[in-house]
Amino acid sequence: MSPELQMYLAQGIHGLAYGMLLFLVASGLTLIFGMMGILNIAHASFFMLSAYLCVTVLNATGSYWLSLFLAPLGVALLGVLVERFMLRRAQASGLGHIAELLLTLGIALVMAEAIKLTWGTEGLQVMAPRSLAGLVNIGGLEYPIYRLFIIGLSLVVLAVLSLVLYRTRLGTIVRAAVSDPDMVSVLGVNTRRVFMLVFGLGTWMAGVAGVAAAPILTVFPGLADQMGMDAFVVVVVGGFGSLFGALVAALFLGELNAYGIQFIPKLSPVLMFAFMALVLAFKPTGLFGDRE
Amino acid sequence: MFFRASNLNTYYGLIHALQNISLNVERGEIVSLLGRNGMGKSTTLKSIMGLAPPQSGVIEFQGQSIFQAPCHKVARAGVGLVPQERRIFPHLTVEENLLMGVKAGCAPPKDLEPWSLKRVYKHFNSLERRSRNKGFQLSGGEQQMLAMGRALMGNPLLLLVDEPSEGLAPLLVREVRDVLLQVNQAGVSILLVEHNLKVAMSLAHRCYLLGKGFVAFEGSMAQLQARPDIMAKYLEVS
Repeated sequence: MSPELQMYLAQGIHGLAYGMLLFLVASGLTLIFGMMGILNIAHASFFMLSAYLCVTVLNATGSYWLSLFLAPLGVALLGVLVERFMLRRAQASGLGHIAELLLTLGIALVMAEAIKLTWGTEGLQVMAPRSLAGLVNIGGLEYPIYRLFIIGLSLVVLAVLSLVLYRTRLGTIVRAAVSDPDMVSVLGVNTRRVFMLVFGLGTWMAGVAGVAAAPILTVFPGLADQMGMDAFVVVVVGGFGSLFGALVAALFLGELNAYGIQFIPKLSPVLMFAFMALVLAFKPTGLFGDRE
Repeated sequence: MFFRASNLNTYYGLIHALQNISLNVERGEIVSLLGRNGMGKSTTLKSIMGLAPPQSGVIEFQGQSIFQAPCHKVARAGVGLVPQERRIFPHLTVEENLLMGVKAGCAPPKDLEPWSLKRVYKHFNSLERRSRNKGFQLSGGEQQMLAMGRALMGNPLLLLVDEPSEGLAPLLVREVRDVLLQVNQAGVSILLVEHNLKVAMSLAHRCYLLGKGFVAFEGSMAQLQARPDIMAKYLEVS
């Protein structure tokens, strides 16, 4: 392979890895929005918290695999508690979506400050586990195994998510509730319990992404803002409530980001937003959504 | 008393949508709610179902209070709703839509033959052919049949049906009418909101006529027909 082709390939895989991470975060965001009508501003904070928990578990036990198991679980538990004891009350307040928006914004701010108090403001480095630390030769290109692992891990989560959504009764309920939660409760389903589960599932996926991303990003208090903005763009471009849309948009924006950095580094930070504006100009509901 | 609602008061913000509405349904009856648009017919059904919870009043179903009960509890007590806009799940297949109607962990009433996919398909022939299609691919008539089939899958004892003939061609209106009659003969009581007076007349045993949020008249269909003055005042002339 020519060096030029190798560069294209490397950026392509880079983009794929980032796109899959984006999908893990954005899918929870879009599911929660579709079902509960809540734009969860704190969603990426769960992603960030998981990365920090990963640091702590890693320091305590030295096992990356244990932190991959524990950190997302802890974050999901927190997510379930937030839904059960805070969001539910905000929704019952009768103030409409503004109450939920303010609540999740507040949670995001509190989590950011709590993280600074606990872990400090310095950037922390996480090492990939030794078994995944090396390089692999792809047609002459030496490529880090860890990024391939991110892609594989995300694919496994995607497969499990699809199985649950398309092969179980719970999944049918979730897909129905994404378009019309009231009608689902008219049919005798306690949708509050389903909301809690989906909130937990969404934050768990954000948590998996947080641990997966920790070794390739610096773990610092601004992590949530960066990921949150990108995931928001993915949800808007893919269409609110559309999982398939989120997947397509995440992969596309991942690649756009990777090649953008390579070829027009000065413009790359605005490329995503320019693309979002372009999509919205022609299709206000996003690529695969039916809501404005 | 099989079903009784009395002195229901429901507000939408500052609008007093239902003002002391009282009505009842006996076992096996078809009762129709009549009145012009915006008089509170749909709101009455939504209030019973728990979608627009009333602020005050009494709602009892089979001797059990379902006043201000959450929607899913009302459903699990044995009340089904066929909503006005049909509200089919657009991205689910016809079969998945029907299966959504099953109330998991809820035993069907003893004295009624339970509904199954097979039984629904027998009553709604057009749905079987479409079982793998997505909800959004159905015509208006098919969506109406699906909405009814979905509600029946939950084995309701009382079915609230909101404007089933709205927007349908005359042939389909007759089909909807026939199905409702069969469902009723199978033992399901029906509270029907219907603006097509001919359909309501041919189905219902009794009716309640709503003015702006209150019951203006109640009685048998024959009693209503004997009062052209009331019909002129509270119904569309058509």
